[in-house]
Amino acid sequence: MSATAIHAEPVAEDSAPVAEPVASAESIVRRYGEGDTCVEALRGVSIDVAEGRLTAIMGPSGSGKSTLMHILAGLDRPTSGSVQLDGVEITDLSDKKLTMLRREKIGFVFQFFNLLPMLTAEENIVLPLSIAGEKPDREWLDSLLKTFGLDDRRSHRPAQLSGGQQQRVALARALVTRPRVVFADEPTGNLDSASSSEVLSLLRRSVDEYGQTIVMVTHDPRAAALADRILFIADGRIVKDISESTAVEVLAAMQEVTSR
Amino acid sequence: MMRVSLKGLAARPIRAVLTALAIVLGVAMVSGSFVVTDTITKAFDTIFTSTYRNTDAVVSAKKIVDYSNSGNGTVSPALLARIRALPDVKGAAGSIIDLNNDTTNTKLIDRDGKAIDSNGNPTFGFGVDPSQPQFNPMHLVAGSWASGRHEVVIDSNTAKKHDFEVGDFIDAAAKGPKERFQISGIAKYGDVDTLGGATIAVFTIPTAQQLLKLSGFTAISVAAKSGVSTPKLVRELQGIAPGNVQVKTADEQAKADKKDVATFLSFIRGFLLGFGGIALFVGAFVIFNTLSITVAQRTRELATLRTLGASRRQVLRLVLLESLALGLLASAIGIGAGIGLARGLTALFDAMGLTLPQSSPVYATRTFVISLLLGVLVTVFAGLWPAVRATRVPPIAAVREGAVLERRKRLGPIAGVVLFAVAMTLIAYATLGGHLGSGKGLLALAGGTLIGLLGVAGFAPALVTSLAKVVGFPARTFGGPAGQLASSNAVRNPARTASTAAALMIGLALVSFVAVLGKGLHGSVNRALHEQVSADWVVSSKNGWSAFTAAAGAAAEKTPGITHSTSIRSDRGRIADANATVNGVDPKTVAGLYNFTWKEGSDATLAKLEGNGALVKKSFANKHDLHVGDAVTLRTPSGKPIHLNVVGVFQPPRLYELLGGVVISKETFDRNFARPGNQLTLIDGNVSREALQRSLASFPDTKIETEDEFVTSQSSWISTMTNLLYVLLALSVIVSLFGMVNTLVLSVFERTRELGMLRAVGLTRRQARRMVRHESVITALIGAALGLPLGILLAASVTHAVGKYGLSFSFPYVSIAAFTITAIIAGILAAVAPARRASRLDVLSALQYE
Repeated sequence: MSATAIHAEPVAEDSAPVAEPVASAESIVRRYGEGDTCVEALRGVSIDVAEGRLTAIMGPSGSGKSTLMHILAGLDRPTSGSVQLDGVEITDLSDKKLTMLRREKIGFVFQFFNLLPMLTAEENIVLPLSIAGEKPDREWLDSLLKTFGLDDRRSHRPAQLSGGQQQRVALARALVTRPRVVFADEPTGNLDSASSSEVLSLLRRSVDEYGQTIVMVTHDPRAAALADRILFIADGRIVKDISESTAVEVLAAMQEVTSR
Repeated sequence: MMRVSLKGLAARPIRAVLTALAIVLGVAMVSGSFVVTDTITKAFDTIFTSTYRNTDAVVSAKKIVDYSNSGNGTVSPALLARIRALPDVKGAAGSIIDLNNDTTNTKLIDRDGKAIDSNGNPTFGFGVDPSQPQFNPMHLVAGSWASGRHEVVIDSNTAKKHDFEVGDFIDAAAKGPKERFQISGIAKYGDVDTLGGATIAVFTIPTAQQLLKLSGFTAISVAAKSGVSTPKLVRELQGIAPGNVQVKTADEQAKADKKDVATFLSFIRGFLLGFGGIALFVGAFVIFNTLSITVAQRTRELATLRTLGASRRQVLRLVLLESLALGLLASAIGIGAGIGLARGLTALFDAMGLTLPQSSPVYATRTFVISLLLGVLVTVFAGLWPAVRATRVPPIAAVREGAVLERRKRLGPIAGVVLFAVAMTLIAYATLGGHLGSGKGLLALAGGTLIGLLGVAGFAPALVTSLAKVVGFPARTFGGPAGQLASSNAVRNPARTASTAAALMIGLALVSFVAVLGKGLHGSVNRALHEQVSADWVVSSKNGWSAFTAAAGAAAEKTPGITHSTSIRSDRGRIADANATVNGVDPKTVAGLYNFTWKEGSDATLAKLEGNGALVKKSFANKHDLHVGDAVTLRTPSGKPIHLNVVGVFQPPRLYELLGGVVISKETFDRNFARPGNQLTLIDGNVSREALQRSLASFPDTKIETEDEFVTSQSSWISTMTNLLYVLLALSVIVSLFGMVNTLVLSVFERTRELGMLRAVGLTRRQARRMVRHESVITALIGAALGLPLGILLAASVTHAVGKYGLSFSFPYVSIAAFTITAIIAGILAAVAPARRASRLDVLSALQYE
């Protein structure tokens, strides 16, 4: 099963251009440290993230791709520039408001899954709702569990699950609140290739079937090949912006970017 | 969220229990102290209440003097006859029963000829009227009441322990030489099995009066006819009572009787609770440290929660809820353990010579409420700062590999120095300022100590690196690569090492404080005694502090070969409103055996004691404005006035005075005090111990010692006390041991990958074990390096403060060395489990550990 095969599935009808981007960044600069030790991770990046699309951010190590995502997600603040999420300027939001923003509008998927080891799969999935003090929508939860093949794993703890299963739990957890946007940080970075394919196909299906907006940072060309749009970052700048490519094309683009 | 918190605890049960243990012991000590003292209080209540069963009112002599060793005054048989004649009186009985004073001191002699008075427990000789059984607090278990001059009833506990039965003969001695009695019966006091370790001999009233040299009764119990109210009865009795006699209801009398015991018990309670408090204080350090480490280790988990939308407040609540659950768990276990500890405490007091009466254990609601509250509050309070730190975990830590909590400004050391300065000021106020005697001064000292310990804990992280260099020297030099690694591991997280060591520091500071004071006190008391007494032989009572019968002293002084001897009488008296110890000395013989330190007068002044002369102690004279030439009136315990003239002023060493406030001639003493007793009989001459023992054979309540032996036994309570304090402080040291285990386990857990790497490059299992062990010992030694000097410093300032009482500083080298070795052993013990864990790591899985 190849990434291309997944890609061959029909794209959801709402792939038509959308008026308002879910998230957008304008001339983002991010510097770490001061003086001689100053590192410029982002040097003026502007992007729009379209609704209902899977956007991949690619780039070599140290390119600034993770920093960009952290800033888009409100986990980090830019040194200068503006970030809007769902129409709200988030660069100067208080911790409290950012917390509410994460609670209501953002979902996260991590490289190392970040599941709570003492909770069962189901408890982990509904955790964002528990935190918000909300009751899970049973139907939605059951459908997620079914789609993600976790129906018979509900009461397993993370330690009893394979890496792929854990990442599926994490993905379900990100989707359970129906956030405006899901940020996935190297979601396949810690998985074998079979598990990677499963997780990637689920990411794709989330976009296609549920219309979920996803931003994914990756350096896996197969992962990027599934995206509707791929942004290449090198040395803190966006150097290439392509849409719907095959893994081979992505790899070529990646090599081109890296060798510059 | 609550589920996250509780499941988090449940997922690591061993860690939770280890953490909780830090509080368990403190709570156990608190609840145990309550149970023990409540139980003893109940036993005493039973005893004092049963003294007046079926009694409505009690008629006794007014108490003039506290702690008299010849006892209170008595009430006359004539009064009993008049009481019985009152129309509203149903019955009345006179008795000789006194549970408070030495009045009824009577020794029973065992089959080997030794007095039965283990551990200095009271030995009572009572007189009861068997014709009035309703008033008799004793009841027979076997045989019958004594009916003649040569019959006695003994308590069942003594009978059982020393194998006496009805019909057997037993020797007993009260104020005169020992006599032989036949046991007519065996009895129990009230509803309690034993009066602590006390022995009781019950005679007929005339026999008791003769043996104890008492006229009349110690009390008359009166019952009213039915329909007559107690207040009415009391009023009628008061109508016929002479001026020196008081009438009280049975309840009032029982309450008055137990006042001294109640004061003593509340002191014991406070004392024990104090150690519970110290253990909780140490426990708080351990909890603080453990929770800080676990919060640091859970950084990613907490950050993940934040990315999922958890607010800071929710994270705070999460960690606090964990402490709350831990506190509840620990308190519950602690209360249970306290019930067991109560038995241990009773045994401890037993071993220290303080056998207290027992009843079935008392579990008051207050015991549970206070223990639970204390345990929970201390745990939650200790978890407060780690919880606040947990809220500072930024959400981005969820995605950053190895994210460490950013340290804000390091306030710890500065706050520590400030606290320490405040503490030193408080301690200086208490000690150098000379306020130690006052409650305020003691409070300042205790508060200063507490704050000082916190202060040192605050700036300890700044010292850890250099301290570890010093105490880690042996590990680095002789421990090979494992020792070198351990030495650097110990300073990797100075804050963590510091607060682990701080917990041990508290216990060690307090034991070294006790050791220094104990040694200083011991030396100073010995010196004070040698200054006062210079005699070949010293006769004193068995327990060393009560008075013994004057007849015994006289018998000893008749031993052939004696060149010089004197007896010193002792009792208590009253001048105006002040109680004072009164001694009677023989002006002709006292000089040379007892050395007066004169403030006004000289040994020649002693001659002026003849007649109505009196010496007063300087501090007593100052307090009551007495001067040479003044006339004073001294009242004896029975209220008899003695008119005296002050002829001299002396001041014995204030730390340990053998002679008290007022000294008069022996002749005046004997003329005025009923039942004169000796404090000491001092003897010089070429006379053997055996000869003296022969002279005293009939007086079981005496012992003969050389001056050195006397001094040793007089100061032996200091070692007893020091040992008791060591045992109680050991609790805190054990608590800190749990803290060390915790920190090590968590550190090993944290360094799993690193350990795997070290093993992969060739560190043997043994070396891994040794590495953990060395680190533990280094931490323990840092605790010792902080705690021991602190304790010594504190003891030195207290010594300085009471220096004017003759206390001098003495450095207990042996004890300090022993404590250092104890710290090393503690370190080794704490490392056992963590070291095993470290050595058993599977190299491959440790490397893959995430």
